[in-house]
Amino acid sequence: MYRRSGTGYTGIPAWIYAIAAAGALFVLLPLMAMVARVNWSQFIPLVTSESSRTALGLSLRTSAASTAACIVLGVPLALILARSPFPGQRLLRAFVLLPLVLPPVVGGIALLYTFGRQGLLGKSLELAGIQIAFSTSAVVLAQTYVALPFLVVSLEGALRTAGNKYEAVAATLGARPGTVLRRVTIPLVLPGLVSGAVLSFARSLGEFGATLTFAGSLQGVTRTLPLEIYLQRETDADAAVALSLLLVAVAVAVVGLSYRRPRLGVAPEGAVR
Amino acid sequence: MRIASKHVTAVLVAGVLAAGLAGCGAGTSGAGSTSSAGASGTPRLSGAITVFAAASLKSTFAKLASDFEATNPGTKITLNFAGSSDLVTQITQGAPADVFASADTRNMAKLADAKLIDGAPANFATNVLEIAVPPSNPASISSFADLAKPGVKVVVCAPQVPCGAATETVEKAAGTTLAPVSEESSVTDVLGKVTSGEADAGLVYVTDVKTAGDKVKGIPFAESDQAVNTYPIATVGTSKNKELAQAFIAAVTGSEGKKVLSDAGFGTP
Repeated sequence: MYRRSGTGYTGIPAWIYAIAAAGALFVLLPLMAMVARVNWSQFIPLVTSESSRTALGLSLRTSAASTAACIVLGVPLALILARSPFPGQRLLRAFVLLPLVLPPVVGGIALLYTFGRQGLLGKSLELAGIQIAFSTSAVVLAQTYVALPFLVVSLEGALRTAGNKYEAVAATLGARPGTVLRRVTIPLVLPGLVSGAVLSFARSLGEFGATLTFAGSLQGVTRTLPLEIYLQRETDADAAVALSLLLVAVAVAVVGLSYRRPRLGVAPEGAVR
Repeated sequence: MRIASKHVTAVLVAGVLAAGLAGCGAGTSGAGSTSSAGASGTPRLSGAITVFAAASLKSTFAKLASDFEATNPGTKITLNFAGSSDLVTQITQGAPADVFASADTRNMAKLADAKLIDGAPANFATNVLEIAVPPSNPASISSFADLAKPGVKVVVCAPQVPCGAATETVEKAAGTTLAPVSEESSVTDVLGKVTSGEADAGLVYVTDVKTAGDKVKGIPFAESDQAVNTYPIATVGTSKNKELAQAFIAAVTGSEGKKVLSDAGFGTP
C-alpha cells in the first residue's frame, strides 16, 4: 500500500500520485489546448504588432513599478506582522491579505472610491494637481493593491522560519535596531524577499479586473497586455491566443527563473519557534 | 387590469404564432414537434428554451421572457446575457442556445457563416449613440463638437466592439476627432466611468442612458443617426425546440415586444 524508495519511507500512498497527476494535468491541459490553437504562421506578426509591443512594454514597466511599491510598503508590513505582536495584529493581517481572495473588480471599485475624482482622496489629490484617473499611475496603484499580499505572505513566512536568534545576538553585541535590520534580518530573509517580489511581479503582470475598472484602457497609457488580449478577443481570436501565449511565456520565464525555492513559502503557524 | 392585459397578449402571441407557423409550415413540420393542437385548434407550446441575448437587451428580454412564460404556461425561458461576440463564441463552441439576439448584424453574420442559424434573421430593434454626462455636467457638454474641447475627459468604446465602430462612424460624420482618455471593451464600462464621475462624458447607447436613470444625463446629437445599430434575432440551427424558439421570436418581433423595446428607448428597424 505504501510506496518505499531505496533510501527510506516517503510516506506518500500510491493513489496520491494518481490524483496529483490529475491535478497537474488540470493545470497543464488548458495551456496545451491554447498552444494547439495558436496560428503559428501568423504568430510573429501578431505578437510583434505595434499595439502588442506597446501593451507588453507597458505591462513590464508598470509591473516593475508595482513590484518596487510592494517592496517599499510590504517589507515594513511583513516585519511588523512577523516580529512585533500588538493588539489587532491578526485583524491587520486579515485585511492585508484580503486582496488575495477579493475579486479584482471589487478592488478596482474600492480604488475608484478612494483615488477617483469623486473619491475619498481624489478631490484633495486633484487640488494638489495630481490626476490619477486614466493615467499610468492608476494602473500601478491597481497592480500594487492586488500584488502586495503576495510579498507580505512570502516575507512574513520567511521571517518566521528564520527566527530571531541572530538578531538577538547582534543586539546583545550592541547593534542598533536599524543596523540589525540592515545587516542581519534582511540578508537572512533575502531569498524570501526575492521570491515574494517575483510573485508580486507575476501577479501585477496578470492584473486585469482592477485595472479595467479603475484605470480604463488606452493604448500606451493604461492598456496592459491582459487588457489588450481582452480587446483583441472581440475581433481577432488568433491575436488573442498569440498574445495569451506571450503572456504565459513571460510569466513562466519570470517565475521559473527566480522562484525555485518552495521551502521559502509561508510557514504554518505551528512552525514558529 | 393585469390579467386583462395578459389575455390580450396571449391572443396576440397565439395569432402571431399561428401566422408564423402557417408561413413556414414546411420548415417546422420536419422538426420534432413538442406541441399538440388543442380543442380550439390553437397550438399549445411546452418545453424549455435558452435565449442568448446581447447584454444591452437584459431588462427588456427579462420582461419579455416572463410575460411569455405567463401567457404560455408550461414553457420555460432561460436567458443568458453577454457581449454579442462572446455569445457567438459560446454558441460555435457548442453552448446549448435556441435563440440568439445580437446587438449588431456583424455578429449575427458570424453565426450565419458558421451555418448555425435557422432561416433568415429578423431585425427587431435599433439603437443609436447618445452622449452621457454626469448629472452636474461638469464640462458643460451640449453638442458632439464639445467633446473635442481640450481638457474634456471623454470615454468611448474601442473600435473593435460594435459601440466603438459606431463611434468612429459618428466622428467621421461630424468631422470631429475625439481624443478619448480611455477606450473601453464594453458600453457598460463606458457608462461606469461616467456614473462614477471619473469621466466628463461618454458615448453610449440611448437605451443605456435610459437604464441608468438619474445617474447620468443624456445629450442627443444629430450625427447619431449616421450610425444606427440594428439588432437581429434568429433561431439557432442546433435548437431542439424550434417551435418554442420561433414563438418567442414572434413575441419579440410582435406588438408586445415592440412596446417593451420602445419603452426602453430602442427604435424600430
